[in-house]
Order: sequence, then structure tokens, then C-alpha cells
Amino acid sequence: MPELIELANIYKIYDMGAEKVHALNGIDLRIERGEYVAIMGASGSGKSTLMNLIGCLDTPSSGSYRLNGVAVEELDDTALAAIRNKEIGFVFQTFNLLARTDALHNVELPLIYAGMPRRERRERARHALERVGLADRTHHQPNELSGGQRQRVAIARALVNAPSLLLADEPTGNLDSATSVEIMELFDELHGAGNSVLLVTHESEIAAHAWRQVNLRDGKVLSDQPTPRPAPPLQGSVKEAPHDRVGPG
Amino acid sequence: MVILENFRIALGALRANRMRSVLTTLGIIIGVAAVIAVVAVVQGLQYLATNIFQQVGATFIAVDVKQERQRGPGIVAHEVKLSVADGQAIREQVPGIRLITPVVEGRAQAKYRDRRHRPSLVMGVNESYQDVWNHTVGSGRFLSRVDLDNRRRVAVVGTTVVEKLKLGPDPVGKEIYLGNLPLKVIGVMEEKGQQLGRDMDDEMFLPLDSAVALFGRESADHVEIHIQAVDAGAVERVRDGIKQVLRRRHRLAAGQPDDFEVVVQEELVAKISGFLGNVTAIVAGIVAISLVVGGIGIMNIMLVSVTERTREIGVRKAVGARRRDILVQFLIEAVTLSLGGGAVGLLLGYGLGALVVAAVPVKLPPAHVPLWAMALAAGFSALVGIFFGIYPAGKAARLDPIVALRYE
Repeated sequence: MPELIELANIYKIYDMGAEKVHALNGIDLRIERGEYVAIMGASGSGKSTLMNLIGCLDTPSSGSYRLNGVAVEELDDTALAAIRNKEIGFVFQTFNLLARTDALHNVELPLIYAGMPRRERRERARHALERVGLADRTHHQPNELSGGQRQRVAIARALVNAPSLLLADEPTGNLDSATSVEIMELFDELHGAGNSVLLVTHESEIAAHAWRQVNLRDGKVLSDQPTPRPAPPLQGSVKEAPHDRVGPG
Repeated sequence: MVILENFRIALGALRANRMRSVLTTLGIIIGVAAVIAVVAVVQGLQYLATNIFQQVGATFIAVDVKQERQRGPGIVAHEVKLSVADGQAIREQVPGIRLITPVVEGRAQAKYRDRRHRPSLVMGVNESYQDVWNHTVGSGRFLSRVDLDNRRRVAVVGTTVVEKLKLGPDPVGKEIYLGNLPLKVIGVMEEKGQQLGRDMDDEMFLPLDSAVALFGRESADHVEIHIQAVDAGAVERVRDGIKQVLRRRHRLAAGQPDDFEVVVQEELVAKISGFLGNVTAIVAGIVAISLVVGGIGIMNIMLVSVTERTREIGVRKAVGARRRDILVQFLIEAVTLSLGGGAVGLLLGYGLGALVVAAVPVKLPPAHVPLWAMALAAGFSALVGIFFGIYPAGKAARLDPIVALRYE
């Protein structure tokens, strides 16, 4: 079985006219199924660019990216949309829920684009909301929900199509610390249940929830190692982090 | 992606900006309302016109003095006449005529006991009139040859005259006065109702010579002649014959134009239809402009909508919407706007047409919008939506999801 994510010698160069900006400068990274990884780095380190690439929102300038063995860099826009739909579950810092649309419908969204019939869609969306503890909030609109609840709706939306990878970009960036802990516990739990989770964050407390931390600087992998003080294992799921890897340069 | 889902999204988005949506579609609403209202009225007129002329049939021919000559400026060289004798000559010399009647027209005060009424038209005709016009008596009888030959003082009246003079349920045999001419009512015409604003039942018919006696001798020189040809194929032949006879009788030289007009009913219908067609074409032009303006309004508001919802587009793309999905979503929104405007315009136009029909004193048939006009209005609205929606929708579809997600 191919690895979940296989990035080899990835470059992303933005042509800004006079100068070329090397956002990613030769990244090699492998992530296995079931891993819980945090990508860290200061702003400008390239972590957002890397997340966009992994999330198939963007394609690399050069290098190869295999997601579940599929060479993503060769895909066109339509095929990338299908991959985002089936393989990736996004969780954003600003939640990005559709306004004036109730929680259930927000969660349904990926299933609509997957072409699932309405009844099945509703059923699965309701189930996903139960999963994140919002069974009683299905018909609330985002402005009737607290920040933590909104992020739970967003997580339910990310989960609903059973993606290969949960991709969370600063998921607690807009939340207070107590709510942040709740949301991170939810991620821990989802990881414990077998989901692959990739966090992008600049906060070390958040990154500490992951079992493996990848540090970026100037578009290169600076360090890649297991979390020194891993969060307590949940539900007896014990997973060995892969051996340490240090990126080139 | 399911079309139905797109409609739901579109309606939701439009509901969220209700006022804006209504204002945006105003151009379309006004355009469609205008076209529907005009079509409704024109259709009514057309229906009316064909109805009247169908009644007299395709073999109807009318001869009259040329209208332009009558109203010519300055001193009239010679008074143009069309006389009873002209009619007589036509009857005798032109083959192919089945029925012919001269018509002397005038007005006079009618009186019955203490009731007075001035019918809108008094006509001196012969016994053929009712068959020439296919308008027959309802009770009693029409004028007969004997009435005419003996210059009997008899009259056939319309139902309005019966009503105004209070002739009662059995008017036949009543003695009335027209001017100072005593007349005996011998028949009542069948009720015709109103046509082109005229009460067709406010009429009286007298034997030709009785009418001439009433209106004066010179009235015999100013008549119309109404004819039924033997069949539709004979109409052209009869018309040519009438022209020959009248040109000779009016002593017109070879180069001189006719001082009379021979009108066949097809021409009348064609004239009216042509006029109504022109009206429709002019309005269609105005409507086309207003639809384009309305379309530009829709494009404008769709561009605003795309910008406002950049983030939404980013989210949709992130969770798997393809370009096509976004394109269809915004296109459906634009078409929903324009079709909604079209539907409102349709209702409004229909109401407007009904209002015009009700407001105008001329009695028109109820406003009638044919199916083709509705289909055209709906089709055009949808086309405007697609045409002016495609650019904003395309812009939305091409948005880079990363840029869209970060859009503030």
C-alpha cells in the first residue's frame, strides 16, 4: 500500500516579475496513514504554501507529490477538485462556514459536490455532527453558534466524506484557550479513532498535541522529529512515530 | 451537482438581498410588462378587426368617394359625388355582383310619444342591406322591395333605439317620428353589441327614398355603395368593372386618378393588421433596449455578488466544487433573477393590458396574451440572464481557491 503523502524535491516558485520568490525550496516529506503531524514555522517559512500543496489547492512548480500513490502534480483542475472532495478534509482558522446556512447544510456541502442523494447526505451529515458533539445544533446557523461550536461544525464538514487526511490550518487561531483545548482534544480523539491528521500551526502548545513535528524555515524542512512530550495516548492507541528524518539543508 | 440544489442556493442568495434583487430586475420587469401589455391590447384590436370583417365575408366590396379629395385644401374644382344613380349603373353594368345597396347616411331626432332620442346613425338602404352586411332582423321584418318602390314610411330600428324610445317589448307597429317624418316600425335588428367603440344597435334603417326625403335631395349624390360579389374569385373582376363604370360616369381622363375608392375587405384587414404590426414592432424595439439595460443591471449585480461571496466560492472549491459547479451556480442565480423579473413583468403586463382595456371607452374584448408572447417573454428573460450572467459566473468559476479563501 502506498504511503499517504509522498513529497519529493518540491519547489514552489512565485514569479513576482523582477524577482522570483522561492516559497518552497526542495521539500521531502513522507507521512503515513494514521499519523498525527504538526507543521510548524514562522510566517514566511512556507508552511501555508506547503499546506495548500498537500491540500491540492495548488500544484508545485517542480517535484513530485503522491497522495495515496496518485501523482497529484499531473492532475487538472477538475481532478484536483475531486481529490479535495474525497481525500482531504479542510479545517480553517476562520471556520469558513457558509453564512445563513444551517449547520446540517454546511456539513452536507462536500457530499453535494460528491453527487450523493439527498437522503443519504442528510443522514451522514447528521452522523458527523453527532460525532463532534453537536447533535442538538443541526438547524442552527453559524451566527447562532459559539466559536468552538462553529469550529466543530467545520470539523464535521471535514469528516463527513471520510477523507484520507484531516488538514487543519491554525484550527484554534480564533478561539480562546479553553475552547482551544476542547478542539484539540477533539482532534486527538479523531486521531485515536484512526484518522490521519495534519496540523499547521505556529503555536508550540498546539503542535504538542501531534505525535510528530515538522519545522520549516525558508521553504525547507529544518527539523522533523517526534514530539518530545507526547500527549497521553488515547483509547490505548499506541502508534510509533516514524524514525527521525532531517530534511536536506 | 444537482440543479435543484443550485436553485435553492440561488433563491437563498436572492432572498438575502431582497431589495437589491427587486431593483436589479426592474429593467426586465418593465421591459416584459411593456411588451405583454402592448401585445395584449394589440391582440384584442386584431381579434376585433378580423371578427368584424369575417362577419361581412371575403366577398364584401365597398365603394366610397376618395377621402383625400374630400378634404383637399383650397377651392375644390368640382364636388366629388357618388350618387344613387352611380349605384344603379354599377348594378346594371358590372357582372359578378350578387347583392348591392346604396347607403345614405345621416342623423335625425327620433320621437315616440314624449321620448326623444338621436340615434348615432340613420341609414337609407335597400332590401339587400341585411344580406350585404349579414346583419338581419330579430323580430318583425326588414325593408322589402315593395316598401322601397312605394316609398313607404317604415323603419327598422336597433335595440338601443327601442330601449331609448321606450318602444316596449313589442315595438313592431309602433308609430314614431324621425325629424318630422312619421314612420311605422316594421322590424327590430338583431343585437350586435359594441364594435370599435360604436354602439351598433343605435341605428335606424329607412327605405332609400324615404331617407333622401328626410335628409334632402342632395343626399342622394353622397352615398356609399356596399356590394357582395357572387364569390371570392369574382371580387377582382367586380372591382375592375366598378372602376370602368365610375371613371366613365365621372368623366375622368386617361391620366386622372380615381375620385372614388373601391375597398375590398381583405385590404381593410391588411391595412389594420399592418398598422397594428407597426405598433408591435416599435414597442418590440423599445422593449429590446430595456431588456439590454436590464441585463446590464443583472451583470452588474452579479459581479458585486461574486466579489461579496469570494470566500464562499473559496470554501466551495476547497470542499470539492469544480469550476463547472461554480459556473452553473452563478449562472442559475442570474437566470433566476431574470426569469423572476420576466414572470413578474408578465403578470404586471397582463394587469396593465386589462387596465387599459377597462379604461378605454372603446369596448375591447378582454385582454388576451397569446401563448407565444408568454413563451417569448420567458425565453428572452432566460436568454438575458444567461448572456449577462456568463461573464460574472465565469469570473467566479476561475477564482483561485487559495486567493478566494484568503479574501477579506
